[in-house]
Amino acid sequence: MEKDIVIGISDMKLSQKPGRLVTYALGSCVGICIHDNKRKISGLSHILLPEANLAGDGKKPIEIMKYANTAIPELIKRMEQLGASRLNMKAKIVGGAQMFQSMNNSMTGQIGQRNVQAVKEALRKEKIAIIAEDTGANYGRTVFMDVETGTVSVKTAFGKVKDI
Amino acid sequence: MEYGKFTELQMDVLREIGNIGSGNAATALSSMLQQPINISIPQVNMIKYNDLVEKLGGPETLIVGILLDVTGELEGTIMFLMKKEFTAQIISTLLFKEEVEFEALTEMDLSVIQEIGNILSASYVNSIAGLTGLRLDLSVPSLCVDMAGSIVSFPAIKYGEIGDNVLMIEGSFDDNSILETKIMLILENNSLDVLMTRLGVQ
Repeated sequence: MEKDIVIGISDMKLSQKPGRLVTYALGSCVGICIHDNKRKISGLSHILLPEANLAGDGKKPIEIMKYANTAIPELIKRMEQLGASRLNMKAKIVGGAQMFQSMNNSMTGQIGQRNVQAVKEALRKEKIAIIAEDTGANYGRTVFMDVETGTVSVKTAFGKVKDI
Repeated sequence: MEYGKFTELQMDVLREIGNIGSGNAATALSSMLQQPINISIPQVNMIKYNDLVEKLGGPETLIVGILLDVTGELEGTIMFLMKKEFTAQIISTLLFKEEVEFEALTEMDLSVIQEIGNILSASYVNSIAGLTGLRLDLSVPSLCVDMAGSIVSFPAIKYGEIGDNVLMIEGSFDDNSILETKIMLILENNSLDVLMTRLGVQ
């Protein structure tokens, strides 16, 4: 079996070789899994924040893999470069939890929810359907994505694993 | 002040802040548990979140995180990260329990941990307030028992706009790695200026 390809925070990877894409312990972050079922190409992006200020401060380049609205178009572009077709792409999204309950009034407290909304919006703009999601609640999630089948397994801290 | 570019003198000041803060917190913990607690020399680090997670034993390691917002004349976050063995020891000491099931903590267990976070943070922040004469307030503690990666991503998000690196004044209790606890102070950019100015360091 191939070694797992691990994706860190504000990172993305894609593959067309049999194996798994893995991102550990999503909290309020969202993992976006996109799969082309004809070409058997999968990509996974781990975003931290909903939206980049596209104007920027002019000082440093925007870190495109950190934000939903910049990472998703980038992931799709890279998958297309590998030979995937947008028409075959389907998305599954995981994460966006609210880890700390008593912070729910602050902007940061609702960041999970805002991340999920931003991800949905960005996917809608790219006309990619979301066929499954496991988002919200208050616990962390680890995501395993099978490159060939696009099956996404979600594992939580207390050991439950489910496929979506 | 440019974030992350400090002079040696400024680093010393931050280290001393961490030293005083975690020293006081350790004293409070020690008197509650009625046993000695060692502290290490605080480190002032620009640390990447991915590296912090590795230090805690990997992203899927189960830990307890307690988070409090610091407001007032300084703005920032205090974060406690406790390994489960240490958490279990605190609960069993304070509640006179023989065994603590970490996977199924009771309401009472969680409440004890939250209160510990409250007391330790208060002693940490009070000592800084005393040193600097700044007025500082603390939010109520917020508790989370989950995978290290998920917990640490929370401050990563809060300070994500600043960059992937964040300045953490990091202190550890106990040199025994099982009981290691990290207490971290993360300050907003302009609060660092306020702190330095107040202490007369430019």
